[in-house]
Amino acid sequence: MDNLQLVAPEMFLLCAICVVLIGDLFVTENRKPLAYGLSQVALLVTLILTWWISPETGSVTAFGGSFIMDQMSVICKAWILVVSMGVFLYSRDFVNSHKITNGEYYTLALSGVLGMMIMVSSSSMLTLYLGLELLALSLYAMVALKRTDERSAEAAMKYFVLGALASGALLYGISMIYGATGSLHFDEIKSSLAVNGEGSTAAMFGLAFLVVGIAFKFGAAPFHMWVPDVYDGAPTSVALYISAAPKIAAFALAIRFLVDGLETAHNSWQGMLIVLSLLSIVLGNVIALAQVSIKRMLAYSTISHVGFILLGVLSGSSEGYSAAMFYAITYAFTSLGAFGVILAMDRQGVSVNLLTDLRGLFRRSPMYAFVMMLLLVSMTGVPPTVGFYAKLAVLSAAIKADLTWLAVIAVVFSVVGAFYYLRVIKYMFFDEPVEAAPVNAALDVHLGLAVNGAAILFFGLFPGLIMAACAAAFGL
Amino acid sequence: MIPLSHFLTLGAILFTLSIAGIFLNRKNVIIILMCIELMLLAVNTNFIAFSYFLGDTAGQVFVFFILTVAAAEAAIGLAILVVLFRTRGTINVSDLDQLQG
Repeated sequence: MDNLQLVAPEMFLLCAICVVLIGDLFVTENRKPLAYGLSQVALLVTLILTWWISPETGSVTAFGGSFIMDQMSVICKAWILVVSMGVFLYSRDFVNSHKITNGEYYTLALSGVLGMMIMVSSSSMLTLYLGLELLALSLYAMVALKRTDERSAEAAMKYFVLGALASGALLYGISMIYGATGSLHFDEIKSSLAVNGEGSTAAMFGLAFLVVGIAFKFGAAPFHMWVPDVYDGAPTSVALYISAAPKIAAFALAIRFLVDGLETAHNSWQGMLIVLSLLSIVLGNVIALAQVSIKRMLAYSTISHVGFILLGVLSGSSEGYSAAMFYAITYAFTSLGAFGVILAMDRQGVSVNLLTDLRGLFRRSPMYAFVMMLLLVSMTGVPPTVGFYAKLAVLSAAIKADLTWLAVIAVVFSVVGAFYYLRVIKYMFFDEPVEAAPVNAALDVHLGLAVNGAAILFFGLFPGLIMAACAAAFGL
Repeated sequence: MIPLSHFLTLGAILFTLSIAGIFLNRKNVIIILMCIELMLLAVNTNFIAFSYFLGDTAGQVFVFFILTVAAAEAAIGLAILVVLFRTRGTINVSDLDQLQG
Protein backbone atom coordinates (compact mmCIF):
# COMPACT_ATOMS: atom_id res chain seq x y z
CA MET A 1 0.00 0.00 0.00
CA ASP A 2 1.04 3.53 -0.63
CA ASN A 3 3.04 5.26 2.12
CA LEU A 4 0.82 8.29 2.36
CA GLN A 5 -2.37 6.27 2.29
CA LEU A 6 -1.27 4.38 5.42
CA VAL A 7 -0.72 7.53 7.43
CA ALA A 8 -3.94 9.15 6.19
CA PRO A 9 -5.55 9.20 9.70
CA GLU A 10 -2.50 10.88 11.22
CA MET A 11 -2.23 13.38 8.39
CA PHE A 12 -5.89 14.22 8.64
CA LEU A 13 -5.58 14.73 12.39
CA LEU A 14 -2.57 17.00 11.89
CA CYS A 15 -4.52 19.14 9.42
CA ALA A 16 -7.48 19.22 11.81
CA ILE A 17 -5.18 20.41 14.64
CA CYS A 18 -4.05 23.31 12.46
CA VAL A 19 -7.67 24.14 11.61
CA VAL A 20 -8.69 24.13 15.29
CA LEU A 21 -5.66 26.25 16.23
CA ILE A 22 -6.19 28.87 13.54
CA GLY A 23 -9.99 28.69 13.54
CA ASP A 24 -10.02 29.51 17.23
CA LEU A 25 -8.32 32.84 16.56
CA PHE A 26 -11.16 33.99 14.36
CA VAL A 27 -14.17 33.14 16.50
CA THR A 28 -15.58 35.59 18.97
CA GLU A 29 -15.77 34.86 22.66
CA ASN A 30 -19.42 33.76 22.64
CA ARG A 31 -18.95 31.27 19.76
CA LYS A 32 -16.28 29.27 21.60
CA PRO A 33 -18.00 25.85 21.30
CA LEU A 34 -16.60 25.80 17.76
CA ALA A 35 -13.24 24.43 18.93
CA TYR A 36 -15.01 21.66 20.82
CA GLY A 37 -17.23 20.71 17.88
CA LEU A 38 -14.36 20.72 15.41
CA SER A 39 -12.23 18.53 17.71
CA GLN A 40 -14.98 15.95 18.11
CA VAL A 41 -15.56 15.82 14.36
CA ALA A 42 -11.81 15.52 13.79
CA LEU A 43 -11.57 12.55 16.16
CA LEU A 44 -14.59 10.88 14.58
CA VAL A 45 -13.26 11.24 11.03
CA THR A 46 -9.83 10.00 12.16
CA LEU A 47 -11.52 6.97 13.71
CA ILE A 48 -13.38 6.21 10.49
CA LEU A 49 -10.22 6.65 8.42
CA THR A 50 -8.32 4.31 10.76
CA TRP A 51 -10.88 1.56 10.31
CA TRP A 52 -11.11 2.20 6.60
CA ILE A 53 -7.42 1.73 5.83
CA SER A 54 -6.75 -1.02 8.40
CA PRO A 55 -5.39 -4.21 6.82
CA GLU A 56 -7.54 -7.34 7.03
CA THR A 57 -4.78 -9.50 8.43
CA GLY A 58 -1.07 -9.26 9.07
CA SER A 59 0.76 -5.95 8.98
CA VAL A 60 1.78 -3.32 6.46
CA THR A 61 4.76 -1.02 6.87
CA ALA A 62 5.49 2.38 5.37
CA PHE A 63 8.36 4.88 5.17
CA GLY A 64 11.13 2.31 4.93
CA GLY A 65 9.79 0.26 7.84
CA SER A 66 9.45 3.16 10.31
CA PHE A 67 5.69 3.04 10.46
CA ILE A 68 3.60 -0.08 10.91
CA MET A 69 -0.10 -0.77 10.68
CA ASP A 70 -0.97 -4.07 12.34
CA GLN A 71 -3.91 -5.42 14.32
CA MET A 72 -2.55 -4.12 17.63
CA SER A 73 -2.04 -0.60 16.33
CA VAL A 74 -5.52 -0.47 14.77
CA ILE A 75 -7.26 -1.60 17.96
CA CYS A 76 -5.18 0.64 20.21
CA LYS A 77 -5.73 3.64 17.94
CA ALA A 78 -9.46 3.03 17.76
CA TRP A 79 -9.73 2.92 21.56
CA ILE A 80 -7.46 5.91 22.03
CA LEU A 81 -9.76 7.89 19.73
CA VAL A 82 -12.97 6.68 21.36
CA VAL A 83 -11.65 7.38 24.86
CA SER A 84 -10.45 10.84 23.79
CA MET A 85 -13.90 11.65 22.45
CA GLY A 86 -15.24 10.80 25.90
CA VAL A 87 -12.55 12.97 27.50
CA PHE A 88 -13.57 15.96 25.39
CA LEU A 89 -17.24 15.42 26.15
CA TYR A 90 -16.74 15.27 29.91
CA SER A 91 -14.25 18.12 30.09
CA ARG A 92 -16.14 20.58 27.85
CA ASP A 93 -18.19 22.28 30.56
CA PHE A 94 -15.29 22.25 33.03
CA VAL A 95 -13.05 23.94 30.49
CA ASN A 96 -15.69 26.59 29.85
CA SER A 97 -16.60 27.30 33.46
CA HIS A 98 -13.02 27.38 34.76
CA LYS A 99 -11.91 29.85 32.09
CA ILE A 100 -9.29 27.57 30.58
CA THR A 101 -8.54 28.86 27.10
CA ASN A 102 -10.59 26.70 24.78
CA GLY A 103 -8.48 26.71 21.65
CA GLU A 104 -5.26 25.82 23.45
CA TYR A 105 -6.87 23.02 25.42
CA TYR A 106 -8.28 21.25 22.39
CA THR A 107 -5.24 21.90 20.20
CA LEU A 108 -2.87 20.45 22.79
CA ALA A 109 -5.17 17.52 23.54
CA LEU A 110 -5.44 16.68 19.84
CA SER A 111 -1.63 16.91 19.45
CA GLY A 112 -1.34 14.47 22.31
CA VAL A 113 -3.73 12.11 20.52
CA LEU A 114 -1.62 12.42 17.37
CA GLY A 115 1.48 11.59 19.41
CA MET A 116 -0.21 8.52 20.87
CA MET A 117 -1.28 7.35 17.40
CA ILE A 118 2.28 7.67 16.12
CA MET A 119 3.55 5.82 19.19
CA VAL A 120 1.32 2.79 18.75
CA SER A 121 2.06 2.63 15.03
CA SER A 122 5.83 2.92 15.21
CA SER A 123 8.17 0.17 14.14
CA SER A 124 11.41 2.07 14.62
CA MET A 125 12.83 3.61 17.78
CA LEU A 126 12.96 7.01 16.06
CA THR A 127 9.23 7.18 15.32
CA LEU A 128 8.44 5.83 18.76
CA TYR A 129 10.56 8.54 20.39
CA LEU A 130 8.98 11.29 18.32
CA GLY A 131 5.45 10.12 19.10
CA LEU A 132 6.29 9.87 22.78
CA GLU A 133 7.72 13.39 22.87
CA LEU A 134 4.75 14.84 21.01
CA LEU A 135 2.48 13.35 23.66
CA ALA A 136 4.72 14.36 26.57
CA LEU A 137 5.27 17.96 25.43
CA SER A 138 1.52 18.43 24.95
CA LEU A 139 0.86 17.04 28.41
CA TYR A 140 3.40 19.32 30.14
CA ALA A 141 1.73 22.35 28.60
CA MET A 142 -1.77 21.09 29.41
CA VAL A 143 -0.95 20.62 33.09
CA ALA A 144 0.16 24.27 33.25
CA LEU A 145 -2.86 25.50 31.32
CA LYS A 146 -4.53 27.13 34.32
CA ARG A 147 -2.03 29.91 34.50
CA THR A 148 -3.19 31.62 37.67
CA ASP A 149 -3.12 28.46 39.77
CA GLU A 150 0.05 27.93 41.84
CA ARG A 151 -0.50 24.21 42.26
CA SER A 152 -1.00 23.72 38.56
CA ALA A 153 2.30 25.43 37.75
CA GLU A 154 4.15 23.44 40.38
CA ALA A 155 2.69 20.15 39.12
CA ALA A 156 3.67 21.06 35.57
CA MET A 157 7.25 21.81 36.62
CA LYS A 158 7.60 18.53 38.48
CA TYR A 159 6.02 16.59 35.63
CA PHE A 160 8.29 18.33 33.14
CA VAL A 161 11.52 17.61 35.02
CA LEU A 162 10.69 13.97 35.74
CA GLY A 163 9.30 13.42 32.24
CA ALA A 164 12.41 14.89 30.64
CA LEU A 165 14.55 12.72 32.89
CA ALA A 166 12.58 9.66 31.75
CA SER A 167 12.98 10.63 28.11
CA GLY A 168 16.70 11.03 28.71
CA ALA A 169 16.97 7.56 30.25
CA LEU A 170 14.92 6.09 27.41
CA LEU A 171 17.15 7.80 24.83
CA TYR A 172 20.30 6.58 26.53
CA GLY A 173 18.86 3.07 26.37
CA ILE A 174 17.96 3.52 22.71
CA SER A 175 21.50 4.67 21.90
CA MET A 176 22.95 1.58 23.61
CA ILE A 177 20.59 -0.79 21.79
CA TYR A 178 21.43 0.97 18.54
CA GLY A 179 25.13 0.54 19.21
CA ALA A 180 24.75 -3.14 20.09
CA THR A 181 22.52 -4.10 17.17
CA GLY A 182 23.36 -1.49 14.53
CA SER A 183 19.75 -0.70 13.74
CA LEU A 184 16.84 1.45 14.88
CA HIS A 185 14.16 -0.84 13.43
CA PHE A 186 12.52 -3.27 15.81
CA ASP A 187 12.50 -6.24 13.42
CA GLU A 188 16.21 -5.83 12.67
CA ILE A 189 17.02 -5.45 16.37
CA LYS A 190 15.14 -8.66 17.03
CA SER A 191 16.95 -10.65 14.35
CA SER A 192 20.31 -9.20 15.35
CA LEU A 193 19.78 -10.20 19.00
CA ALA A 194 18.57 -13.65 17.91
CA VAL A 195 21.85 -14.21 16.07
CA ASN A 196 24.16 -12.80 18.73
CA GLY A 197 22.21 -14.25 21.61
CA GLU A 198 21.21 -11.94 24.42
CA GLY A 199 24.74 -11.90 25.75
CA SER A 200 25.72 -8.48 24.45
CA THR A 201 26.50 -6.36 27.51
CA ALA A 202 25.77 -3.09 25.76
CA ALA A 203 22.29 -4.29 24.78
CA MET A 204 21.50 -5.40 28.33
CA PHE A 205 22.86 -2.11 29.71
CA GLY A 206 20.58 -0.29 27.29
CA LEU A 207 17.64 -2.50 28.22
CA ALA A 208 17.90 -1.44 31.87
CA PHE A 209 17.63 2.24 30.87
CA LEU A 210 14.75 1.46 28.52
CA VAL A 211 12.81 -0.23 31.32
CA VAL A 212 13.40 2.77 33.61
CA GLY A 213 12.11 5.09 30.89
CA ILE A 214 9.04 2.94 30.25
CA ALA A 215 8.29 2.69 33.98
CA PHE A 216 8.47 6.48 34.33
CA LYS A 217 6.08 6.99 31.43
CA PHE A 218 3.70 4.36 32.82
CA GLY A 219 3.91 5.79 36.32
CA ALA A 220 4.95 2.46 37.85
CA ALA A 221 6.51 2.39 41.32
CA PRO A 222 9.29 3.25 42.22
CA PHE A 223 9.10 5.81 39.40
CA HIS A 224 5.60 6.97 40.29
CA MET A 225 6.36 10.20 42.20
CA TRP A 226 4.90 12.44 39.51
CA VAL A 227 1.52 10.69 39.24
CA PRO A 228 -0.21 11.92 42.44
CA ASP A 229 1.24 15.42 42.15
CA VAL A 230 0.12 15.80 38.56
CA TYR A 231 -3.37 14.38 39.17
CA ASP A 232 -3.76 16.62 42.18
CA GLY A 233 -2.26 19.82 40.78
CA ALA A 234 -3.51 19.71 37.21
CA PRO A 235 -6.98 20.97 36.27
CA THR A 236 -9.37 18.01 36.65
CA SER A 237 -10.07 17.88 32.92
CA VAL A 238 -6.35 17.44 32.26
CA ALA A 239 -6.05 14.79 34.98
CA LEU A 240 -8.88 12.99 33.18
CA TYR A 241 -6.97 13.19 29.91
CA ILE A 242 -3.73 11.90 31.45
CA SER A 243 -5.43 9.05 33.27
CA ALA A 244 -7.23 7.63 30.25
CA ALA A 245 -5.80 7.27 26.74
CA PRO A 246 -2.05 7.63 27.56
CA LYS A 247 -2.29 4.34 29.50
CA ILE A 248 -3.12 2.54 26.24
CA ALA A 249 -0.25 4.35 24.54
CA ALA A 250 2.13 3.43 27.37
CA PHE A 251 1.12 -0.19 26.95
CA ALA A 252 1.93 0.03 23.24
CA LEU A 253 5.27 1.66 24.13
CA ALA A 254 6.17 -1.29 26.34
CA ILE A 255 5.06 -3.86 23.74
CA ARG A 256 6.93 -2.19 20.88
CA PHE A 257 10.19 -2.02 22.81
CA LEU A 258 10.09 -5.19 24.85
CA VAL A 259 8.22 -7.59 22.57
CA ASP A 260 8.70 -6.32 19.02
CA GLY A 261 12.32 -5.34 19.64
CA LEU A 262 13.78 -7.24 22.57
CA GLU A 263 11.68 -10.36 22.89
CA THR A 264 14.76 -12.59 22.84
CA ALA A 265 15.95 -10.84 25.99
CA HIS A 266 12.74 -11.78 27.77
CA ASN A 267 14.58 -13.43 30.65
CA SER A 268 16.42 -10.21 31.38
CA TRP A 269 13.48 -7.82 31.34
CA GLN A 270 11.07 -10.15 33.09
CA GLY A 271 12.95 -9.78 36.38
CA MET A 272 12.92 -5.99 36.18
CA LEU A 273 9.21 -5.91 35.38
CA ILE A 274 8.45 -8.26 38.28
CA VAL A 275 10.01 -5.74 40.68
CA LEU A 276 8.12 -2.83 39.09
CA SER A 277 4.82 -4.68 39.04
CA LEU A 278 5.13 -5.91 42.61
CA LEU A 279 6.08 -2.49 43.98
CA SER A 280 3.31 -0.78 42.02
CA ILE A 281 0.60 -3.12 43.24
CA VAL A 282 1.76 -3.01 46.87
CA LEU A 283 2.62 0.70 47.15
CA GLY A 284 -0.31 1.87 45.03
CA ASN A 285 -2.91 0.03 47.07
CA VAL A 286 -1.41 0.71 50.49
CA ILE A 287 -0.79 4.43 50.03
CA ALA A 288 -4.22 4.92 48.44
CA LEU A 289 -5.73 3.85 51.76
CA ALA A 290 -4.37 6.95 53.44
CA GLN A 291 -5.62 9.49 50.90
CA VAL A 292 -8.36 11.98 51.63
CA SER A 293 -8.30 13.71 48.25
CA ILE A 294 -10.24 11.86 45.60
CA LYS A 295 -7.84 12.78 42.82
CA ARG A 296 -4.85 11.53 44.81
CA MET A 297 -6.73 8.33 45.65
CA LEU A 298 -7.40 7.76 41.96
CA ALA A 299 -3.73 8.50 41.25
CA TYR A 300 -2.52 5.79 43.62
CA SER A 301 -5.20 3.46 42.30
CA THR A 302 -3.81 4.10 38.79
CA ILE A 303 -0.37 3.08 40.02
CA SER A 304 -1.72 -0.23 41.27
CA HIS A 305 -3.56 -0.85 37.98
CA VAL A 306 -0.36 -0.14 36.07
CA GLY A 307 1.18 -2.92 38.15
CA PHE A 308 -1.46 -5.27 36.78
CA ILE A 309 -0.81 -4.20 33.18
CA LEU A 310 2.90 -4.89 33.72
CA LEU A 311 1.99 -8.25 35.25
CA GLY A 312 0.41 -9.23 31.95
CA VAL A 313 3.34 -7.97 29.89
CA LEU A 314 5.97 -9.74 32.00
CA SER A 315 4.30 -13.14 31.55
CA GLY A 316 6.03 -13.18 28.20
CA SER A 317 3.31 -15.09 26.34
CA SER A 318 0.85 -13.93 23.68
CA GLU A 319 -1.82 -14.67 26.22
CA GLY A 320 -0.23 -12.30 28.72
CA TYR A 321 0.21 -9.53 26.16
CA SER A 322 -3.39 -9.73 25.04
CA ALA A 323 -4.57 -9.79 28.67
CA ALA A 324 -2.47 -6.69 29.38
CA MET A 325 -3.92 -4.99 26.32
CA PHE A 326 -7.44 -5.82 27.48
CA TYR A 327 -6.56 -4.44 30.91
CA ALA A 328 -5.12 -1.21 29.53
CA ILE A 329 -8.12 -0.58 27.27
CA THR A 330 -10.76 -1.33 29.88
CA TYR A 331 -8.88 0.61 32.57
CA ALA A 332 -8.76 3.68 30.32
CA PHE A 333 -12.51 3.34 29.91
CA THR A 334 -13.14 2.94 33.65
CA SER A 335 -10.88 5.82 34.66
CA LEU A 336 -12.60 7.98 32.05
CA GLY A 337 -15.93 7.39 33.73
CA ALA A 338 -14.66 7.96 37.26
CA PHE A 339 -13.16 11.34 36.39
CA GLY A 340 -16.25 12.04 34.30
CA VAL A 341 -18.46 11.83 37.40
CA ILE A 342 -16.07 14.06 39.35
CA LEU A 343 -16.07 16.61 36.52
CA ALA A 344 -19.86 16.56 36.25
CA MET A 345 -20.10 17.30 39.99
CA ASP A 346 -17.40 19.94 39.87
CA ARG A 347 -19.20 22.36 37.70
CA GLN A 348 -21.40 24.78 39.54
CA GLY A 349 -18.53 26.47 41.29
CA VAL A 350 -18.46 23.61 43.81
CA SER A 351 -15.09 21.97 43.67
CA VAL A 352 -14.85 18.25 44.34
CA ASN A 353 -11.56 17.53 46.04
CA LEU A 354 -12.13 15.39 49.07
CA LEU A 355 -13.56 11.89 49.20
CA THR A 356 -16.17 13.22 51.62
CA ASP A 357 -17.45 15.61 48.95
CA LEU A 358 -19.13 12.57 47.40
CA ARG A 359 -21.24 12.10 50.53
CA GLY A 360 -24.88 11.36 49.85
CA LEU A 361 -24.51 11.44 46.10
CA PHE A 362 -27.19 8.76 45.91
CA ARG A 363 -29.76 11.08 47.50
CA ARG A 364 -28.77 13.89 45.19
CA SER A 365 -28.47 12.09 41.85
CA PRO A 366 -29.03 8.33 41.95
CA MET A 367 -27.85 7.86 38.37
CA TYR A 368 -24.40 9.32 39.06
CA ALA A 369 -24.09 7.32 42.24
CA PHE A 370 -24.88 4.10 40.38
CA VAL A 371 -22.43 4.85 37.56
CA MET A 372 -19.70 5.73 40.06
CA MET A 373 -20.45 2.55 42.00
CA LEU A 374 -20.14 0.42 38.86
CA LEU A 375 -16.81 2.06 38.03
CA LEU A 376 -15.41 1.61 41.53
CA VAL A 377 -16.61 -2.00 41.69
CA SER A 378 -14.94 -2.59 38.33
CA MET A 379 -11.68 -1.09 39.63
CA THR A 380 -11.90 -3.40 42.63
CA GLY A 381 -12.34 -6.35 40.28
CA VAL A 382 -15.72 -7.74 41.31
CA PRO A 383 -17.85 -9.68 38.82
CA PRO A 384 -19.88 -9.05 36.71
CA THR A 385 -17.99 -5.86 35.82
CA VAL A 386 -15.25 -5.72 33.23
CA GLY A 387 -12.54 -5.16 35.84
CA PHE A 388 -13.03 -8.68 37.13
CA TYR A 389 -12.42 -10.27 33.76
CA ALA A 390 -9.39 -8.04 33.11
CA LYS A 391 -7.78 -9.08 36.40
CA LEU A 392 -8.68 -12.73 35.80
CA ALA A 393 -7.06 -12.76 32.36
CA VAL A 394 -3.86 -11.10 33.61
CA LEU A 395 -3.59 -13.37 36.66
CA SER A 396 -4.18 -16.56 34.69
CA ALA A 397 -1.43 -15.52 32.25
CA ALA A 398 0.91 -14.92 35.22
CA ILE A 399 0.10 -18.32 36.71
CA LYS A 400 0.76 -20.04 33.37
CA ALA A 401 4.16 -18.34 33.37
CA ASP A 402 4.93 -20.04 36.74
CA LEU A 403 4.58 -16.81 38.68
CA THR A 404 1.89 -18.04 41.05
CA TRP A 405 3.49 -16.28 44.05
CA LEU A 406 3.26 -12.95 42.24
CA ALA A 407 -0.37 -13.60 41.32
CA VAL A 408 -1.16 -14.39 44.97
CA ILE A 409 0.42 -11.14 46.17
CA ALA A 410 -1.48 -9.23 43.49
CA VAL A 411 -4.78 -10.75 44.63
CA VAL A 412 -4.08 -10.07 48.31
CA PHE A 413 -3.34 -6.42 47.64
CA SER A 414 -6.40 -5.99 45.43
CA VAL A 415 -8.40 -7.10 48.46
CA VAL A 416 -6.60 -4.40 50.47
CA GLY A 417 -7.52 -2.01 47.66
CA ALA A 418 -11.17 -2.99 47.90
CA PHE A 419 -11.30 -1.06 51.19
CA TYR A 420 -10.75 2.38 49.73
CA TYR A 421 -13.09 1.78 46.79
CA LEU A 422 -15.85 0.49 49.03
CA ARG A 423 -15.35 3.41 51.41
CA VAL A 424 -16.30 5.78 48.60
CA ILE A 425 -19.38 3.66 47.84
CA LYS A 426 -20.32 3.90 51.52
CA TYR A 427 -19.99 7.69 51.44
CA MET A 428 -22.18 7.86 48.35
CA PHE A 429 -24.97 5.58 49.49
CA PHE A 430 -25.17 5.62 53.27
CA ASP A 431 -24.08 9.10 54.35
CA GLU A 432 -26.19 12.22 54.50
CA PRO A 433 -25.54 14.72 51.72
CA VAL A 434 -24.00 18.06 52.69
CA GLU A 435 -26.08 19.84 50.08
CA ALA A 436 -29.31 18.67 48.54
CA ALA A 437 -29.02 20.10 45.04
CA PRO A 438 -28.87 17.36 42.41
CA VAL A 439 -25.92 17.25 40.02
CA ASN A 440 -27.06 19.03 36.93
CA ALA A 441 -24.86 18.23 34.00
CA ALA A 442 -25.62 18.75 30.35
CA LEU A 443 -27.78 16.13 28.67
CA ASP A 444 -25.02 14.70 26.50
CA VAL A 445 -22.68 14.34 29.51
CA HIS A 446 -25.52 12.59 31.31
CA LEU A 447 -25.98 10.24 28.38
CA GLY A 448 -22.25 9.70 27.97
CA LEU A 449 -21.85 8.68 31.62
CA ALA A 450 -24.83 6.33 31.39
CA VAL A 451 -23.30 4.65 28.33
CA ASN A 452 -19.93 4.54 30.10
CA GLY A 453 -21.43 2.80 33.13
CA ALA A 454 -23.46 0.43 30.97
CA ALA A 455 -20.36 -0.45 28.94
CA ILE A 456 -18.52 -1.46 32.13
CA LEU A 457 -21.32 -3.91 32.85
CA PHE A 458 -21.85 -4.99 29.24
CA PHE A 459 -18.20 -5.79 28.55
CA GLY A 460 -18.05 -7.50 31.92
CA LEU A 461 -20.80 -9.85 30.80
CA PHE A 462 -19.44 -10.22 27.27
CA PRO A 463 -15.67 -9.69 27.57
CA GLY A 464 -15.14 -11.79 24.45
CA LEU A 465 -16.03 -8.83 22.24
CA ILE A 466 -12.86 -6.93 23.17
CA MET A 467 -10.82 -9.96 24.20
CA ALA A 468 -11.15 -11.62 20.77
CA ALA A 469 -9.70 -8.52 19.11
CA CYS A 470 -6.85 -8.34 21.67
CA ALA A 471 -6.09 -12.03 21.18
CA ALA A 472 -6.10 -11.64 17.40
CA ALA A 473 -3.61 -8.78 17.72
CA PHE A 474 -1.08 -11.19 19.20
CA GLY A 475 -1.86 -14.09 16.89
CA LEU A 476 -3.93 -16.18 19.28
CA MET B 1 42.54 7.00 16.38
CA ILE B 2 40.35 7.40 19.45
CA PRO B 3 38.62 4.09 20.24
CA LEU B 4 34.84 3.79 20.68
CA SER B 5 35.12 3.12 24.39
CA HIS B 6 36.51 6.63 25.01
CA PHE B 7 33.45 8.21 23.43
CA LEU B 8 31.13 5.97 25.40
CA THR B 9 32.93 6.80 28.63
CA LEU B 10 32.55 10.50 27.87
CA GLY B 11 28.86 9.97 27.19
CA ALA B 12 28.42 8.03 30.43
CA ILE B 13 30.25 10.69 32.46
CA LEU B 14 28.15 13.51 31.00
CA PHE B 15 24.96 11.50 31.57
CA THR B 16 25.88 10.76 35.20
CA LEU B 17 26.80 14.41 35.79
CA SER B 18 23.45 15.56 34.49
CA ILE B 19 21.48 13.08 36.62
CA ALA B 20 23.52 14.04 39.68
CA GLY B 21 22.86 17.69 38.85
CA ILE B 22 19.11 17.14 38.77
CA PHE B 23 18.97 15.29 42.07
CA LEU B 24 21.60 17.15 44.09
CA ASN B 25 20.63 20.64 43.03
CA ARG B 26 18.42 22.29 45.65
CA LYS B 27 18.67 25.86 44.51
CA ASN B 28 17.50 26.85 41.09
CA VAL B 29 15.11 25.33 38.57
CA ILE B 30 17.12 26.78 35.68
CA ILE B 31 20.04 24.56 36.65
CA ILE B 32 17.72 21.56 36.30
CA LEU B 33 16.81 22.67 32.79
CA MET B 34 20.52 22.95 31.97
CA CYS B 35 21.08 19.43 33.29
CA ILE B 36 18.30 18.11 31.08
CA GLU B 37 19.99 19.65 28.04
CA LEU B 38 23.29 18.13 29.11
CA MET B 39 21.65 14.73 29.38
CA LEU B 40 20.35 14.91 25.81
CA LEU B 41 23.79 16.00 24.59
CA ALA B 42 25.37 13.02 26.34
CA VAL B 43 23.01 10.77 24.40
CA ASN B 44 23.93 12.61 21.20
CA THR B 45 27.61 11.86 21.82
CA ASN B 46 26.74 8.20 22.10
CA PHE B 47 24.71 8.21 18.92
CA ILE B 48 27.39 9.95 16.87
CA ALA B 49 30.12 7.64 18.14
CA PHE B 50 28.06 4.54 17.37
CA SER B 51 27.00 5.90 14.02
CA TYR B 52 30.62 6.57 13.03
CA PHE B 53 31.95 3.22 14.18
CA LEU B 54 29.04 1.24 12.68
CA GLY B 55 29.27 3.12 9.38
CA ASP B 56 25.52 3.74 9.56
CA THR B 57 23.96 7.17 9.14
CA ALA B 58 20.70 6.43 10.99
CA GLY B 59 22.30 7.43 14.30
CA GLN B 60 23.27 10.85 12.96
CA VAL B 61 19.74 11.40 11.68
CA PHE B 62 18.47 10.53 15.14
CA VAL B 63 20.75 13.22 16.60
CA PHE B 64 19.09 15.87 14.46
CA PHE B 65 15.71 14.82 15.74
CA ILE B 66 16.93 14.87 19.33
CA LEU B 67 18.31 18.38 18.86
CA THR B 68 14.95 19.55 17.49
CA VAL B 69 12.98 17.92 20.28
CA ALA B 70 15.43 19.35 22.84
CA ALA B 71 14.74 22.84 21.51
CA ALA B 72 10.98 22.32 21.83
CA GLU B 73 11.45 20.83 25.27
CA ALA B 74 13.53 23.80 26.43
CA ALA B 75 10.87 26.18 25.14
CA ILE B 76 8.12 24.42 27.09
CA GLY B 77 10.31 24.12 30.17
CA LEU B 78 11.07 27.82 30.18
CA ALA B 79 7.42 28.67 29.55
CA ILE B 80 6.39 26.62 32.59
CA LEU B 81 9.18 28.33 34.53
CA VAL B 82 7.76 31.74 33.65
CA VAL B 83 4.27 30.66 34.77
CA LEU B 84 5.77 29.33 37.98
CA PHE B 85 7.66 32.55 38.68
CA ARG B 86 4.55 34.65 38.00
CA THR B 87 2.37 32.72 40.42
CA ARG B 88 4.93 31.97 43.13
CA GLY B 89 7.50 34.72 42.79
CA THR B 90 10.32 32.22 43.25
CA ILE B 91 12.08 29.51 41.27
CA ASN B 92 13.77 27.91 44.24
CA VAL B 93 13.57 24.12 44.07
CA SER B 94 13.02 23.80 47.81
CA ASP B 95 10.02 26.15 47.61
CA LEU B 96 8.13 23.75 45.37
CA ASP B 97 6.48 21.95 48.25
CA GLN B 98 2.73 22.45 47.91
CA LEU B 99 2.27 18.99 46.42
CA GLN B 100 3.93 16.14 48.26
CA GLY B 101 4.40 12.98 46.20
